[in-house]
Amino acid sequence: MNVSRRQFLKLSGATAATLALVELGFNENEVKAKSKDFKIAELKPTPTICPYCSVGCGILVYATDNDVVYTEGDPDHPINQGSLCSKGTSIRQLYTSEKRMLKPLYRAPGSSKWEEKEWGWMLDKIAERVKESRDNSFQIAKDGITVNRTEAIASLGGAALDNEETYVIQKLMRGLGLTYIEHQARI
Amino acid sequence: MGGNPAENHPISFKYLLKAKQNGGKIVSVDPRFTRSSSQADVYAPLRSGTDIAFLGGMINYAIQNDMIHKDYVVSYTNASFIVEDTFSYEDGLFSGYDAEKRKYDQKQWKYKTDAEGKTVVDKTLQNPRCVYQLMKKHFERYTVEKVCEVTGTPQDKYIEVAKTFCATADPKKAGTIMYAMGTTQHTVGTQNVRSFAILQLLLGNIGVPGGGVQALRGESNVQGSTDFGLLFGNLTGYIEVPQAVAEQASLEKFLGVVTPKLGYWVNKPKFLVSFLKAMYGKSATKDNEFGFQFLPKIDPKDYSHIALFENMYAGNLDGAFLWGTNPVVGGPNALVEKQALGKLKWMVAVDLWETESSSFWQKEAGSNPEDIQTEVFFLPACSSYEKEGTVSNSGRWMQYRWQAIKPKGDSKADLEIVHMLARRLKEAYKGSTKPEDKPFQAMTWEFGEHDHPDIDLVAKEINGYDTVTGKLVAKFPDLKDDGTTSSGNWIYCGFYPEEGKNLSQRRDNKDTGMSNFLNWSFSWPVNRRILYNRASCDPSGKPYNEKNAIIWWDESAKAWGGYDVPDFNKLLAPSDEGGATAFMMTGTTKGNLFAPRNEGPFPEHYEPFESPVQNAFSSQQINPAIKIWDGDHNPRGNSEKFPIVATTYRMSEHWQSGAMTRNTPWLAELVPHMLIEISEELAKDKGIKDKDKVKISSARGEIEAYAVVTKRFKPYTILGKTVHQIGMIWHFGYKGIVTGASANNLTPHIGDANTNIPEYKAFLCDVRRA
Repeated sequence: MNVSRRQFLKLSGATAATLALVELGFNENEVKAKSKDFKIAELKPTPTICPYCSVGCGILVYATDNDVVYTEGDPDHPINQGSLCSKGTSIRQLYTSEKRMLKPLYRAPGSSKWEEKEWGWMLDKIAERVKESRDNSFQIAKDGITVNRTEAIASLGGAALDNEETYVIQKLMRGLGLTYIEHQARI
Repeated sequence: MGGNPAENHPISFKYLLKAKQNGGKIVSVDPRFTRSSSQADVYAPLRSGTDIAFLGGMINYAIQNDMIHKDYVVSYTNASFIVEDTFSYEDGLFSGYDAEKRKYDQKQWKYKTDAEGKTVVDKTLQNPRCVYQLMKKHFERYTVEKVCEVTGTPQDKYIEVAKTFCATADPKKAGTIMYAMGTTQHTVGTQNVRSFAILQLLLGNIGVPGGGVQALRGESNVQGSTDFGLLFGNLTGYIEVPQAVAEQASLEKFLGVVTPKLGYWVNKPKFLVSFLKAMYGKSATKDNEFGFQFLPKIDPKDYSHIALFENMYAGNLDGAFLWGTNPVVGGPNALVEKQALGKLKWMVAVDLWETESSSFWQKEAGSNPEDIQTEVFFLPACSSYEKEGTVSNSGRWMQYRWQAIKPKGDSKADLEIVHMLARRLKEAYKGSTKPEDKPFQAMTWEFGEHDHPDIDLVAKEINGYDTVTGKLVAKFPDLKDDGTTSSGNWIYCGFYPEEGKNLSQRRDNKDTGMSNFLNWSFSWPVNRRILYNRASCDPSGKPYNEKNAIIWWDESAKAWGGYDVPDFNKLLAPSDEGGATAFMMTGTTKGNLFAPRNEGPFPEHYEPFESPVQNAFSSQQINPAIKIWDGDHNPRGNSEKFPIVATTYRMSEHWQSGAMTRNTPWLAELVPHMLIEISEELAKDKGIKDKDKVKISSARGEIEAYAVVTKRFKPYTILGKTVHQIGMIWHFGYKGIVTGASANNLTPHIGDANTNIPEYKAFLCDVRRA
């Protein structure tokens, strides 16, 4: 492991949470009295579904405008009824992890580093590449049969995306004429 | 069997424990004594890759001991169908095999038909050419003794499993099978699942509450992304992708080939034309076959993951999009897949994290960046709760995820990324008069005029419209094949039946009976929760098990009633024609005990591509219909050099290639190291102690990991010989908070004969101290 216990606590913000619990002790009245001080008391939970396995457990996300404060199993959800596994419990860190990538990055041919770029620049370039590859490889017909396809571009993945996203991916890719369309169900 | 829900689908296991409290029995069959096994009433080990032997023996046990649900089998399966005399089986091969092409002529496996073209049946099941008798004969060879010699299962344990599970042949009892990739990731993966289906049909366990064959999908939306056509061979809703062959060269011809004559799929033309209307809008007209020719046609060949990477490795592809996928860790023969990415001109990776795949060109990856000419575009995606949309779970519940916070930093939802790219491409092709650009120009893109798409418009296009009135279609029986309806995915049609009513957003958690929660979210098709639930009643419409009835025919109301949406026509009386049809999507309207697949109509045991033993069931060592990928980059290991069977699996704390969980501090800390599990006996042989660093080698590569010496693996005695098996997690790579070696550097490019899913779950290796 590349992080020490201390770093880990710092990374996860667990220190603050632990201290808060210690402060409260186990006195029920005290907990009630202090609960208004909990950050989440002011926040409205947003229901989501766990992004990990396919059981489809409900999770509530308590967030401010720029931070995810707390997440918990959705007690109203008929499948998990509030409980979660280790992965489902940790989804706050999908937001807070310092490893999150926050900028589009470009790597030029032969280069040994990433360069930060703007979205517009990236998408313009990608569209150019798609068009070049499609136009150079496009087949209208094969042996007299209309095929309207390109076999030079592949689309891979999508099993962690929303249905609406998978729909637009298949639409754009088939619209362009791709035949190599695959996702994680295969692997 | 083939799954480990206690660890990989933990919340589902709550319900198994509840069932156990209510007197149910949990049976666990796994090469390793898992946490699921630890909660089981019966545990039986088997060597990886011997599932068909194990299940073939159970099918034989059920038949020989008359532990089958006879009325169900006669009424609802194809047991009574008579098969043509051209069908036969001998020594591992069915009739019609072409050894050179490694292919069967499946025309030799047809049913006998009468003068009117109807299938000949014998409801007494006595005719030696009926499916039941042929099946009985086929599996007679799978005796307990023979099976256990091959699987390595102790005989007493094996009999206990068979007895316990086959007891569910009692119409008052139900049994379910929960499986995952332990079943599918084999060169015989399809036939492993078929074996489950045969057993469950014989026991009368399909379509009944508490029954079924449950595919525990590994990702939150593997179900949805498959439903939505993200595999090369399927459009949305499991409609075939047309092939570039003369027999499918027009819409009419194509529909003639792919539309079955029986069952609900006779409506396929309505679903396909509605899909084409969703794709091409006004450009899809009756005069141009509703745009059928715009669709890309595939050759009758393999385009799946392994084939795709073999072609990429050969330099035949220019570019690739990676949507939150990480083949450099998760793909088979991963070192080769990493090299293949280096042969692309460009690659777009869309992810929350810098994965091993998006950084394959870096020094850390063992690459020399100067030598790699691939242009790489990394687009930061946001997480699931920083956007909104739906996912479909293993039970086909389409559930809404609301947006809790705006995307972090400059990250964006994939929906927005696809939309922004589509808008640019639309612009680039605008005004072109070239014929090859026509299909793309014809594709509609009506999800908003700005870079931020309107997800509601996407949702409604998926559901579908009446193209004349512009109203939403209420349910898929209303779809038409004349261009007056559209539907992006017919099986989801009805989740958005009218304006302002997206049923996936429903959150009424009152149990509507039998734990179906019909007012929570939406389940395709038409909110039905148990597929083929007609089979839970006898042909007269009376539930086989009154105590756990899910639907029934209500004679006074002249309609089907109950706790689920009946399958399929609510007003069709059991005495009406077709009123006792239970399996409307299988082509025969029956549960298919006999079902032609690329390697045969019945499952037959073959050894894995790499195996330490000879096949004891026939002289065919491996699945005769698998494609073998030759080449120095994909060598096959032999048992002299690599005598140990290996398999891969997951742990609770990590997920898939680890991209998500190795970047999450808590989870990274819980399981920070790459590890393998090995038996005490093998550890002793090899001088390995617990927590030692070890090297694991296969014909493809070598990796280093920590050894966990455990009682969870035990050596097998296979055909009188000791065979060791080890297991390893496949969550690690060189990026993230914690790093480690990738198990898939060891696995081969070899796949199932039908699906080409890689054989991750049984390959050969050797282990030594590092």
